[in-house]
Amino acid sequence: MADNDIIEAPSYEDTISLLKAKFGDKLVFRTSTKKNNRAINQKRRIFLSTDRETIYPLCEYLHGKLNYEQATSVCGVDWVDHLQVVYHITNYFTAVMVEIEVDVPNDDPHIASVTPIWGGANWHERETYELFGIIFDGHPKLERLLTPQSYEFYPFRKSYKLRGQE
Amino acid sequence: MTEKMNADKMWVTMGPQHPFSHGLWTLRVKVDGEIVVDAEPEVGYLHRGWEKECEQRTYAKIIPMADRLCYSASMTWSHLYCKAAEEALDIEVPERAQYMRVIADEICRIQSHLMWLAAVGTDLGNLTVFLWALREREFFLDLNVRLCGQRLTTNYPRIGGVRSDMPYYFERDCMRAVEHFEKTLWEIIGLTDESSIFVSRMKGIGYITRKDVANLGITGPAMRGCGVDYDVRRDDPYDAYDQLTFEVPVLKEGDTYSRYMVRIEELFQSCELIRQAMKKLESIPKTAPYRVKVPRCVPAGTTCAKIEDPRGESIMYLVSDGSERPYRLKVRSPVFVNVSASKNMVVGNRIADIPAIMAMIDMCLGETDR
Repeated sequence: MADNDIIEAPSYEDTISLLKAKFGDKLVFRTSTKKNNRAINQKRRIFLSTDRETIYPLCEYLHGKLNYEQATSVCGVDWVDHLQVVYHITNYFTAVMVEIEVDVPNDDPHIASVTPIWGGANWHERETYELFGIIFDGHPKLERLLTPQSYEFYPFRKSYKLRGQE
Repeated sequence: MTEKMNADKMWVTMGPQHPFSHGLWTLRVKVDGEIVVDAEPEVGYLHRGWEKECEQRTYAKIIPMADRLCYSASMTWSHLYCKAAEEALDIEVPERAQYMRVIADEICRIQSHLMWLAAVGTDLGNLTVFLWALREREFFLDLNVRLCGQRLTTNYPRIGGVRSDMPYYFERDCMRAVEHFEKTLWEIIGLTDESSIFVSRMKGIGYITRKDVANLGITGPAMRGCGVDYDVRRDDPYDAYDQLTFEVPVLKEGDTYSRYMVRIEELFQSCELIRQAMKKLESIPKTAPYRVKVPRCVPAGTTCAKIEDPRGESIMYLVSDGSERPYRLKVRSPVFVNVSASKNMVVGNRIADIPAIMAMIDMCLGETDR
């Protein structure tokens, strides 16, 4: 098998072993302790976390080699001491979904955009930018989408209090 | 040369108040004569901060809010929220509740697709389709009233099951409605597919390739009309869907007409699913539990629930911190992603074809803007 061949439907085990072989200790795999979740029991979910430098090559590898065709969602989480971006990536042939968590520091909220790989991540990243203030480098049009252009704050951060909450 | 050509082009703003938009959003298109050369969708007029709002509420209080994400797919949205909370709590839903959720979901899918069919009818100038589709939809809304007491915002699923068991004679009424609908759907098809004007307004426009559909994240009937063979109900089954046999319609043409045909075929498949689920329910005793009691607080962790909405694949990503309120609840709305790809669908087509192309997305702004 040549190096640039696409594996159309890599199984759960294949995906994990290929990712481990390619990225080594850059990826931290997590296992779920849930007993009643059918998707986890039938091996359709992969949980992993990585760092900011690895996310773009990882996504390129998932898309280009392992045929993970769809960026299902990109979302932000504010953990107060740091921010986090969570990616969900799906393969249509095996229905395996990879969940990738990437931590981003508060004082330098930059991360590489995956929109050049998956066009579907475009609006998800714009939404995460306007609501959490995470800047996706390399995004074609990083502007506010849902909130007015005049907003200068990021409403989904925990520091932004709703009425009755402060 | 190029400058002269650019001088002929102009931006046309369609929306936010436009007959084709079915809600408040704007599609700005750049036209060269009649041909669309560029497009830019704009949403956000309805942004309510739904996800932030949830962080202030206890888990049980979010169920009616999830209904309000989309008025015609309220059952699947509240089902999805309950599923996310159940997965976080790691509990198994009773079998009876699983089948009842399937039935409720498929009723929701039928009435949502009929609402879409009515909208397509008006968009393409066939008002009889509008009236007939809405007439048939009433029978399914009546089933919703029997089951949950509400026509649209049903508030039926609960964390750990469903709110109440079926009322008396619900099986009979449901099967009557389904059997009647399977006959009348053919009459509606006679109005649409056998009308050459209606078909010629949909055929051969809005082409999108399989590769683009997958890359742009388009899901649901719009994706299956372009050759992607994927349905969460079959490939990533939840509740009782893996006990039922049904076909997933997939067409390879990738134009507006094939996306239309996929939705029509899904209506038949939903009828079949309701029939099978009703049959399986007969073998489960009526005294079997339909709901389990769940704790008030959800243990800390993350969970990601997936469901096949009438419009596509919806996801809720729940981060819980052990308290009685979610730490973060992310909603992945199928229409939000589908409408972001509208540029690829409309470019190269005539401006008069935009209503027909965008009708196949089945816009719902409540879930798009959240």
